[in-house]
Amino acid sequence: MNAHRRFPTRLNLRRGRVDMTHGAGGRAMAQLIEEVFVRHFDNEMLRAMNDQAAFGVEAGRMVMATDGHVVSPLFFPGGDIGALAVHGTINDVAMAGARPLYLSVGFILEEGFPLADLERIVASMARAAFEAGVPVVTGDTKVVERGKGDGVFITTTGIGLVPEGLDISAANARPGDKVLVSGHLGDHGVAIMSSRENLEFETAVVSDSAALHGLVAAMVAEVPAIRTLRDPTRGGLAAALNEIAQSAGVGMRLDEAAIPVRAEVGAACELLGLDPLYVANEGKLVAICPAGCAESLLAAMRAHPLGADAAIIGEVVADDMGFVTMETGFGGTRIVDWLAGEQLPRIC
Amino acid sequence: MKYVDDFRRRDIAQGLAAQIAAEVDPSREYAFMEFCGGHTHAIFRYGVQDLMPANLRFVHGPGCPVCVLPIARIDNAIDLAERHGAIVCSYGDMMRVPASKKRSLIRAKAEGADIRMVYSTRDALKIARENPDREVVFFAIGFETTTPPTAVAIRQAEGLENFSVFCNHVLTPSAIQHILQSPEVREMGRVRIDGFLGPSHVSSIIGSAPYEYFAEEFQKPVVIAGFEPLDVMQSTLMLVRQVNEGRFEVENEYTRVVSREGNLKAQALVGEVFELRARFEWRGLGEVPFSALRIRERYAAFDAERRFALSESQGRDVKGCECPAILRGVKTPTDCKLFGTVCTPDNPQGSCMVSSEGSCAAYWSYGRFRIDRQRQGAREDAA
Repeated sequence: MNAHRRFPTRLNLRRGRVDMTHGAGGRAMAQLIEEVFVRHFDNEMLRAMNDQAAFGVEAGRMVMATDGHVVSPLFFPGGDIGALAVHGTINDVAMAGARPLYLSVGFILEEGFPLADLERIVASMARAAFEAGVPVVTGDTKVVERGKGDGVFITTTGIGLVPEGLDISAANARPGDKVLVSGHLGDHGVAIMSSRENLEFETAVVSDSAALHGLVAAMVAEVPAIRTLRDPTRGGLAAALNEIAQSAGVGMRLDEAAIPVRAEVGAACELLGLDPLYVANEGKLVAICPAGCAESLLAAMRAHPLGADAAIIGEVVADDMGFVTMETGFGGTRIVDWLAGEQLPRIC
Repeated sequence: MKYVDDFRRRDIAQGLAAQIAAEVDPSREYAFMEFCGGHTHAIFRYGVQDLMPANLRFVHGPGCPVCVLPIARIDNAIDLAERHGAIVCSYGDMMRVPASKKRSLIRAKAEGADIRMVYSTRDALKIARENPDREVVFFAIGFETTTPPTAVAIRQAEGLENFSVFCNHVLTPSAIQHILQSPEVREMGRVRIDGFLGPSHVSSIIGSAPYEYFAEEFQKPVVIAGFEPLDVMQSTLMLVRQVNEGRFEVENEYTRVVSREGNLKAQALVGEVFELRARFEWRGLGEVPFSALRIRERYAAFDAERRFALSESQGRDVKGCECPAILRGVKTPTDCKLFGTVCTPDNPQGSCMVSSEGSCAAYWSYGRFRIDRQRQGAREDAA
């Protein structure tokens, strides 16, 4: 790279700050792109420095997903906004059973944001993208005046290819199907809360932020008949299941005792008056499959490191009203309703 | 967590359910008012009603602090932010409670009022210290449980000239007494109450002694009950036994927390900072004598009502909203025409639909499948 020749002095990544020129389209912006973004995301398509990435695709069904990230704080136990932005979009693509191919990224930076933090975030994104094998191939940067943003907002878009023979959609759930989750619920939300300025409490819980396409690939290889996949992010498991119930025109019946929740997460929720079923996850999925395949799907999930604590938590039932109900650990029955209002703002 | 799980054990619940079923007299009805929203929440969240015999039901009481605050006081809080330019600090529960003119704290905030959600009085004090050139008002609500922290905040605020408290603390025993004195319960017999599940956290502060007067006077048993579902069931069994034996005593199921005399240190602190108001309006109950606290003269500098000379707002409940009757136990949420139609937790018209401790919200969020199933069943029977 010829950074030294094009820009007489390098960006001060230790003490420098984002200023308005970094989004103005001039030399300062070019330098930021080159010395931060291209350097970390480094790949051929990005290095071509075009306004778009060009690539060939196989014939087949493609999926596309986009996800904006405004999490506060930017760095939290088990992750940061950068890795989250990569994982979030990869997971949205993967929930169609698709193999994610490429990502794009849009940064909105606030004037005054430390370049050191920006570099840390970009490095984390690059690492997440590298580990997932899904490169960031094009991007955009804008800068807003101080006070008009909150450090950095990141939007990512991803595309992926759906393997032949899969038909995975929320609308496909049928009465009699089984409902599975890939592991403990609520880790991400509790990790974020534990690091919020006005709420700090000590916990060993770290965010579960992870790219799930590897787990999904193992699952669809074992059970191509999977009907529905969903990552229960904002609104938690409750929101994900209500969305599916509504799309498919069915109800669900869950068994509270079967739903995996870490003791620490349960305790933190108890303390804060929250319900783990409504707390966000960033590395978990819900799967719905025909009852006959449930055990083999469970075994396939448990064989993957990101599904080691997977469990069958309930079943799809016929219900015109679309209620998600749950037999409580106590022996009674209740609704698991949509989240009302806002449980916790800016969780992802 | 293990400690908590012990109070939610299914095997014990089944055992208690069998015992209650065996001991109730099948020839009579049992109606017990659970005073606190915490109990209401536990009953619905864990499905406790499902485990009860058909002739035993819970009447939901007014013990949800955000539900009983009259609209006028919320209008006042919005006024403090909008007209007086103060930073108003509120517990999260209050944010969505409807005020006059379809407003609420959260809507006023969206329109530019500086209203901030806090988790504790400490946060409010911190905001006051960080904004020395702004007035900062803590919107204090709640029963005896949240009163001591407000008292501590006022004492800690010595020397902090921009901090004050908008005091809305209310008292439990006077509210229970008021319900028992109401014509619906006393004369008309429209509301049947055979006993009370007494407050748990409130009683940890005030003790169990304050309930002795009205248990005797009104001949109604009271069992101080914890908020865990097994506490509710054990206390219900204790109430069934008192009713069967014709007793009306104050019993304490929640002995792991509540003593007869309560937390004397907290009581002393509250007594030092607050004094009784001659009357206070409760949503649903109307004016209840000696049912709330105000800040003593000695701490007048921290009293937002004195500092800002708040005007009396004429806040009115939404037309058709049955919150007042529901809070008295006279009606159930399903008796309200707005319930589940225009009034849902996403678009609450009345206070009982806002807080997770409100009975409308509990009905809607945890139990409405029963209502719909019943209606569906009725339709099918008719057809």
